[in-house]
Amino acid sequence: MRIQFKTSYNDDIRLFPDRWTLGVYTTLLVMAFALPLLIGEFYLGEVTNVLIWAIAGLGLMLLTGQAGQVSLGHAAFLAIGCYTNTILIEAGLSFILAFPLAGVITGMVGAIIAIPALRLHGIYLAIATIALSILADDIIVLLDPWTGGVSGKFPDMITIFGLEIERWSMPTRFYYLVLLVTILCTLFYRNLLRSPLGRAFAAVRDSEVSATAMGVHIARTKTKAFGLSCMITGWAGALMGYYAGAFNNETFSLVISITLLMMIVIGGLGSIHGAFFGAVVVAFLPQVLSILKGAVLGGGVAIPGLETGVFGMILILFILFEPMGIYGRWLKIRTWFELFPFARKDMFRRQKSYLKTERLR
Amino acid sequence: MSLLKIKDATLKFGGVVAVDDLSLSVEEGEIYAIVGPNGAGKSTVFNLISRFYQPFSGSISFDGQNLLDRSADQVADLGIARTFQNIELFDHATVLQNLLVGRHRHRKTSMVEELFFAPRVRREELAHREAVEEIIDFLDLQPYRDKMIAGLPYGVRKVVELGRALASGPSLLLLDEPASGLSVEETQDMRWWIDDIRKQMGITVLMVEHDMGLVSSVSDRVLALADGAKLAEGTPAQVQADPAVIEAYLGAGAV
Ligand SMILES: Nc1ncnc2c1ncn2[C@@H]1O[C@H](COP(=O)(O)OP(=O)(O)OP(=O)(O)O)[C@@H](O)[C@H]1O
Ligand SMILES: [Mg+2]
Repeated sequence: MRIQFKTSYNDDIRLFPDRWTLGVYTTLLVMAFALPLLIGEFYLGEVTNVLIWAIAGLGLMLLTGQAGQVSLGHAAFLAIGCYTNTILIEAGLSFILAFPLAGVITGMVGAIIAIPALRLHGIYLAIATIALSILADDIIVLLDPWTGGVSGKFPDMITIFGLEIERWSMPTRFYYLVLLVTILCTLFYRNLLRSPLGRAFAAVRDSEVSATAMGVHIARTKTKAFGLSCMITGWAGALMGYYAGAFNNETFSLVISITLLMMIVIGGLGSIHGAFFGAVVVAFLPQVLSILKGAVLGGGVAIPGLETGVFGMILILFILFEPMGIYGRWLKIRTWFELFPFARKDMFRRQKSYLKTERLR
Repeated sequence: MSLLKIKDATLKFGGVVAVDDLSLSVEEGEIYAIVGPNGAGKSTVFNLISRFYQPFSGSISFDGQNLLDRSADQVADLGIARTFQNIELFDHATVLQNLLVGRHRHRKTSMVEELFFAPRVRREELAHREAVEEIIDFLDLQPYRDKMIAGLPYGVRKVVELGRALASGPSLLLLDEPASGLSVEETQDMRWWIDDIRKQMGITVLMVEHDMGLVSSVSDRVLALADGAKLAEGTPAQVQADPAVIEAYLGAGAV
């Protein structure tokens, strides 16, 4: 069991509370930077995919896990980020400006869209945001002159101060770009968690009445949550565009929104780890399934809806048996080892999950 | 001048008159208790002060300012903090985080500064933490500092909620049934704390409480409420001896 001796309040505010966590995350980071030396290009591409999903997951996690607002419309924000980035670059902006701006613009659109959604809670908010996902498709078609409509768009090669980055021909460079964005978004999330705004998010999530009584402006706080969440989601969208190499009105569909939400629930709501764990599941499940299917049934058999079905099953199992997601399970296993042999069975009593905020009538 | 002044306030829910032409004033530095049978309108008075409800008529002023000009989230800024009858804590956060939300009204940093955790954010955080630690010491919450609310016993939650209200550094503290559901020992602790909150911290306390033992031992003045209207007001002894109060509690014929 690790025992921490804290000597200053700063110890609790630091990014890494103790030497041990600092060590763990430094190792992780060094490994992440050394990864291109360790694995081949195909797998590097897969890891890049995981990271992009993780960024998108962080975006939705901030809104749903942290501020308690469910959204099934986040594919629309992925699309806004993706198209904005491409259009800005086509308009002559350099990537180094266009990319951050694409996120900020997506965030502003998200904050504006949040205003009518502010009065909705839980399932009603989920239903309303579904409309966003569906609308996005039509709007992209309607805005054909800018978006390329049904025929879609191909993002240009990225150049940062003369350095060229492309997903297929230079997977290592693209991986590093995605890694940097991932680290930045994770830092933003972490910083929010240890600041008044992040606590205000949690306050709004858990009790709007008492948050108000403590001086938290509910509408303004939710708007900020939407804005920041959509900003991160916009960046993920722009990266997805590069990763896919081509996108059109059907790329960012409702299915993507649903997958995102499932991903953070499976990963573990309300934690940064959850976004990453969930991303691993989402990115590798199709591969694992096709390998399994190949082994059991042989290669040629196609089973429509297999992925979605299995994914849904996993989600249901998690909601029933591990509402805290993979991260919750991980915490329990870790604690069990730390306390060995003193862990007790009832140490982790069942706790409710976050998806409900309809407390203030 | 009174710190809090409610004048002729009336509030109806459909046909129910929850608060009926009620006037009361709380002086600076006093402990003022509201008693009354269930459904008398005590919590509704609190919700009027918190601006969760808008009175049909009448006025409410605090520290010389018209409270009705403020929205519910601006009430804390004036220095009014409260607890809730049915404990409203942030269940999926730790005790420390709950108390820190109490400091929200003192937030000076912007969203962008917090996103980058600018040096000013760290300085502010340390100051908030120091203020909160004082409350933790005062209420003996050290063993629970990093515990999730969701796993805490009822009595501890009650204390945490008091702590969160105190963390905001209020000049007026509203306590809605601070001792309900507490054991005899816990009620005794609550009694000392309420006493100290006034004496050491100089905070004015307005509380709703059913436990007459607690009410008469700490409060300077008591208001008895029935059906939203004032029945009697005075020292605890005066109110307890008032025939109208006895009748309201025990029914007609008991006098
Ligand atoms: N939001 C509401 N909608 C409708 N009626 C309400 C509402 N809040 C309170 N009431 C009614 O107003 C009256 C006063 O309620 P209030 O909660 O103020 O009573 P109380 O004195 O706090 O009682 P208790 O001792 O049970 O807490 C009750 O008849 C109650 O049913
Ligand atoms: Mg009440």
